[in-house]
Amino acid sequence: MKIHEYQAKELFKKYRIPIPAGGVAFSADEALMVAGGLGGWPVVVKAQIHAGGRGKGGGVKLARSADEVNKLANEIIGMTLVTHQTGPEGRRVRKVLVEQGLNIRKELYLSIIPDRVTAKIVIMASEAGGMDIEEVAARSPEKIIKVFVNPLLGLQGYHCRQLAYGLNLAPAAIKAFIPMVQNLFRLFVDYDCSLLEINPLVITAAETVIALDAKINFDDNALFRHQDILAFRDVDEEDPLEVEASKFNLNYINLEGNVGNMVNGAGLAMATMDLIKQAGAEPANFLDVGGGASADMVENGLRIILSDKNVKGILINIFGGILRCDTLATGVVEAARKTGIKVPVVVRMEGTNVEAGRRILAESGLSLVAAADLKDAACKVAAIVK
Amino acid sequence: MSIFVNKDTRVVVQGITGKEGQFHTRNCAAYGTQVVAGVTPGKAGQTVDAIPVFNTVADAVRQTGADCSLIFVPPPFAADAILEAADAGIRLMVAITEGIPVLDMMKVKNAIEGKPVRLIGPNCPGIITPGEAKIGIMPASIHTPGGPIGVVSRSGTLTYEVVHQLTQQGIGQTTCIGIGGDPVNGTNFVDCLAAFEKDPDTSGVVMVGEIGGNAEETAAEFIQKHMTKPVIGFIAGLTAPPGRRMGHAGAIISGSSGTAQAKIAAMKAAGIHVCENLGALGDLCGKVFK
Repeated sequence: MKIHEYQAKELFKKYRIPIPAGGVAFSADEALMVAGGLGGWPVVVKAQIHAGGRGKGGGVKLARSADEVNKLANEIIGMTLVTHQTGPEGRRVRKVLVEQGLNIRKELYLSIIPDRVTAKIVIMASEAGGMDIEEVAARSPEKIIKVFVNPLLGLQGYHCRQLAYGLNLAPAAIKAFIPMVQNLFRLFVDYDCSLLEINPLVITAAETVIALDAKINFDDNALFRHQDILAFRDVDEEDPLEVEASKFNLNYINLEGNVGNMVNGAGLAMATMDLIKQAGAEPANFLDVGGGASADMVENGLRIILSDKNVKGILINIFGGILRCDTLATGVVEAARKTGIKVPVVVRMEGTNVEAGRRILAESGLSLVAAADLKDAACKVAAIVK
Repeated sequence: MSIFVNKDTRVVVQGITGKEGQFHTRNCAAYGTQVVAGVTPGKAGQTVDAIPVFNTVADAVRQTGADCSLIFVPPPFAADAILEAADAGIRLMVAITEGIPVLDMMKVKNAIEGKPVRLIGPNCPGIITPGEAKIGIMPASIHTPGGPIGVVSRSGTLTYEVVHQLTQQGIGQTTCIGIGGDPVNGTNFVDCLAAFEKDPDTSGVVMVGEIGGNAEETAAEFIQKHMTKPVIGFIAGLTAPPGRRMGHAGAIISGSSGTAQAKIAAMKAAGIHVCENLGALGDLCGKVFK
């Protein structure tokens, strides 16, 4: 789960991680009020969306007066911000973070992530702050310091020293940096973060260390023990169909193509998308109804696929294991009865209770296209949408 | 022969009295698997289809000689269940549970490292040696006993698809293992490939990967250096958009790493027979393995 920068900074505050003075604003008037309370110019007006690259996209601007704050806030709130992470359609900005401008001496990079290969928590830091860290990693990997923390032992003093000295910090900055890293690590573990990133982390002219930016993602699997984080969810940042699907515990991702597809199991669902593409069409979605899906879930999944206006044909690919083919067939028939399926549907079923499933579909009176195997299914649906 | 499990494997089911636990215990036992015990805290003395239930894994091991545990415990308590089994002297833990927090799994992985135990999963369909033992949730009917092909996969239903196509080609399986779709798991591709290479009854392997991480690249390197048996590889997720979690917690392209294209390139470079179209996998197996 993703949250906004201003929400991540609320957590930083709770963990005594230094951030610039500031506040969130949903209108130009609110932005003026926040700016007025900061006690000095310039201030920074930052668009709040769940995507990186906001600065380059024109969503982060410096204001030197109340008039400028008013003008910039009016411009940014309501704009459609396009960055390398939003896709060409961009994202509508609904709020800004207004913060005190700082006298910056140096920009650093710091992040914490779980490393899947070593099963350790990795802290990464670099003197090349403010840049795309993937680019730094590709061009000059020696500029990135990594320390690996065993989650059973936790963060040790030497980890922090390796980072501090590796970043060539002055003694005054080291004194501020080490407790900050300890607090960040505590936050990371306490909240089951899957990414905690500060880019840039700045050293000010006065040698203080301040998190100018803040990005936190959470492990969805751990949200059950962090009910307070759920309040941070912003459904405006999510695809409406994906929000709808999440209500039914369906793994749905909206894509750009026109072949809707419903599959059980994530791996088979991905492979089915690939097959659609290889047959010359484009998948409109990823939808894994899960190993133990009920007829109800199948029905809702189909309804969500059908509400995507781009969908011109549907491929249902089920390998019955725990999800039995008759359960699937019942769900399809229900969905057809309730919503009316107006696009052609190709069905490929195999596995548990396949005969019963085929019988239910055949007796339903629905005009479904049966497929003999995977290849056949992909070719048939691709031919339909052409 | 087979790898990791056979007809002598003695299974304790953790979470046996739950809905899923009961359902799959029945199916495993019906297949011929020796399910000798179950564990649900507070339910010692009960039985599930005449299988005795114990409060702790330690009790189950002591009284039944179980050496393998099949875990259906819900995510908040699953790490605890795995560690309990490891401490009780279980040598093989098969964790079916989907949705265990990554931090929990990282702790488990570090805790069992160096111990004489193997963890398969989590978030996996389990392991089956056709004709001998089914320790998991896979549909039994699609498998063909007797080998000579081993299957190892990160996905559940995709494994069923592969096994089904093998069976349709008249090719049997020695052992089929789902290693799970989570970013941090116990047994990896290399562990399984090494075991298949050693198993005299296995003459080739189908390896099924997907986007995210670099387990397939590591496996390709191992295959090139250490395997004499032919390997067919398939990678799901060529059309997956970057930065999105494709159902499995571990199936995500981060920045430019973990793409299907990179994995396929690494596998081809290592001399693996890469199948790029799932519909054609059976045919390729027929050609390579016969």
